[in-house]
Amino acid sequence: MSTTDLDTKTETSRDLWRQRLGRWDLKASPYLYIAPFFIVFALFGIFPIIYTAVISMMDWDTIRNSGEFIGFGNFDFVLHDRKFWLALRNTFSIFLLSSIPQLLMSTFIAAMLDHHLRARTFWRMGVLVPYVVMPVAVGIIFSKLFADESGVFNQWLGMIGIDPIGWHKEVLPSHFAIATMVNFRWTGYNALILLAAMQAIPRDLYEAAAIDGAGRLRRFISVTIPQIRPTMIFVIITATIGGLQIFDEPRMFDNTGSGGADQQWLTITMYMYNTGWGQLNFGRASAIAWLLFLIIVIFSLINLWITRRFIKTDKTGGI
Amino acid sequence: MTFSRRKTALGLSAGVAILALTVAGCSSSDDPEPSTSATGGAMESTSPDANAEPVTLTLATFNTPGYNSIEQPDANYEYDLIQEYMDANPNVTITYDRKAESGDARTNFFAKLGPGGLADVEMVEVDWMPEVMQYSDLLADLTDPSLDGRWLDSKVADATDQDGRLIGAGTDVGPQAVCYRSSLFEEAGLASDPDGVADLLDGDWANFFDVGQKYFDATGKAFFDSTGGIWQGMINQIDPAYEDADSGDIIALDNPEVKAAYDQLTVASKDQSTHLGQWSEDWFAGMQNDAFAVMLCPPWMLGVISGSAADATDWNIANVYPNGGGNWGGSWLTVPANGANVDEAKKLADWLTAPEQQAKAFANAGTYPSQPAAYEDPLVASASNAFFNDAATGTIFADRAQAVLPSPYKGTYYFQVNTAITDALTRVDDGTDAPDASWDKAVTDINNIG
Repeated sequence: MSTTDLDTKTETSRDLWRQRLGRWDLKASPYLYIAPFFIVFALFGIFPIIYTAVISMMDWDTIRNSGEFIGFGNFDFVLHDRKFWLALRNTFSIFLLSSIPQLLMSTFIAAMLDHHLRARTFWRMGVLVPYVVMPVAVGIIFSKLFADESGVFNQWLGMIGIDPIGWHKEVLPSHFAIATMVNFRWTGYNALILLAAMQAIPRDLYEAAAIDGAGRLRRFISVTIPQIRPTMIFVIITATIGGLQIFDEPRMFDNTGSGGADQQWLTITMYMYNTGWGQLNFGRASAIAWLLFLIIVIFSLINLWITRRFIKTDKTGGI
Repeated sequence: MTFSRRKTALGLSAGVAILALTVAGCSSSDDPEPSTSATGGAMESTSPDANAEPVTLTLATFNTPGYNSIEQPDANYEYDLIQEYMDANPNVTITYDRKAESGDARTNFFAKLGPGGLADVEMVEVDWMPEVMQYSDLLADLTDPSLDGRWLDSKVADATDQDGRLIGAGTDVGPQAVCYRSSLFEEAGLASDPDGVADLLDGDWANFFDVGQKYFDATGKAFFDSTGGIWQGMINQIDPAYEDADSGDIIALDNPEVKAAYDQLTVASKDQSTHLGQWSEDWFAGMQNDAFAVMLCPPWMLGVISGSAADATDWNIANVYPNGGGNWGGSWLTVPANGANVDEAKKLADWLTAPEQQAKAFANAGTYPSQPAAYEDPLVASASNAFFNDAATGTIFADRAQAVLPSPYKGTYYFQVNTAITDALTRVDDGTDAPDASWDKAVTDINNIG
């Protein structure tokens, strides 16, 4: 009797344990599965961010690995440096010049690819080819094309009687040239993402619209665009993050990588790199990194706000 | 940017480096006389047994120092210095790592100088030598009586720190001559043979710009290649230029010579400069398409010109340089003090920078020796350049090298101040700003340094 009693007891406690384990498994497992990502992120993401914050408060000598605490001195310097503000201007200007045309073009290309074309896969893969080219290679090729005197673009302009443009001298032309490199590389990539979204749109929506008498353009504006909005937002946000960190293309735009004698195309990341690796002033470079981080956070919040508004007005469905 | 090297706690890596340095320092600089022989002091600190032990040395360079064919597979070097050293020292294996550009090497150098991980022998270029000198205590002292008189005085001075430690073994130098287009000179009605041009340009910068003005008046075309190139030549003759050697303070704005040179150049460059950026696409193209008639050229520039202007047949070299001598470029081999094989590394650096080897490197890649004894070497002395109409480069550059004075003091801020001023010159070139307005921006930038 006592043994059976004991058995039931262990049985129930084992059951209980199993139940608990099962419940724990149910609750904890998902966290466990995503833990590796967050552990890696903590090591390679959070730690550097905090470390950078510490260094940004110091007059840091990276070679001797030592520094002196100076509070917000580095931030104070950067915020009073005219080059910082010029870099901010350039970054936003290049960002706008690249993302807006890029988005319009990639939507258009995606819409074209969404039609029944011969050799569909060929065309679809074709738009991705520029993306395969390394940004640095794109930079080198385009800076030759945009060379002020021997460049092809200025020669073409000369043929139609337009004076050569100072791609490496004036502010806006230099931004335009750099934005062209970005667009060259990213338009096709974004077009493919938007195409995927377009393919997921139920065809009966188009049929219904067609029956109602909607023309091609009307169907595109009233069916396609609202349906691909969530994907569009994804594309916009990645373009924002990438655009604010633009480095390779402006860096390769001339041979010195200094962003122009009058800081015509100096971007924030170049300013940071040149302060860090050029002047070996890593305290100040860390302060710039943090300022860039804050700018991206603010910009992302603005994006989020716009996103939410976007989705509210989208009655056909959202994320 | 005051680096507080003594103020706060040193990191672990720096501590280790200093420890290694103390050890290295004991064996070389502190007891100079007794432990030396013809082969170098480094020899003595290794025991005879250690000599036979196999050692793997890493050698890191950039561009084309002329040591081994991997630098330029197409060029097919006549001499393989790396192999030669390994043959003579069977216990040594050399891993040769060459970076494409000096900038890559610089980034790598400063990233690893503190924590360790540099090659046993690291090449350093003249442009970033002032920055390296700040950390001279992290590099092994190469001072050795057997090395006395091996290099040009200026080469040794630039690599010796305030404590008298020599931290770099000089490889090449860039004594400048004037490269010119004889047909363009002829067109302008000027003397066009090398001796005639040398006579014409013999004098100060004012004379150089006078000739330039004559050229412009006759042809309506630009005389020199770039404002930046000429500035480089002018500023390197002003001593002190930007910084006070004793205090390290920036004096660029108080130095009337700097502003005078800026004014002189901006006036001249209006007509005489191509207004092209050095190393820009258009500048390279200009060597062939008659964009300019002269260019200040160190020996290594010859390859750049012949590579970019293959169809121009009238390039020549005049044995002259405005206002004395000038140097552009050159490197050293350094030995990081926290390396695993400091002694063996010093021997390698010593051997590679000996006159015989540097003469071979010159034959390979045109890197002009910083060792006067190498100028007598037939490989150097009888050198000529077919592209430059058989100019006797060996003798021309030997003369030019003798004219080079020890370079002016370059401190920590040299590069930043110089960038501010060359940016100002570029703005004038580009027409972005008038000379005075552009100078004002440079003043703001320079006041912001530090």
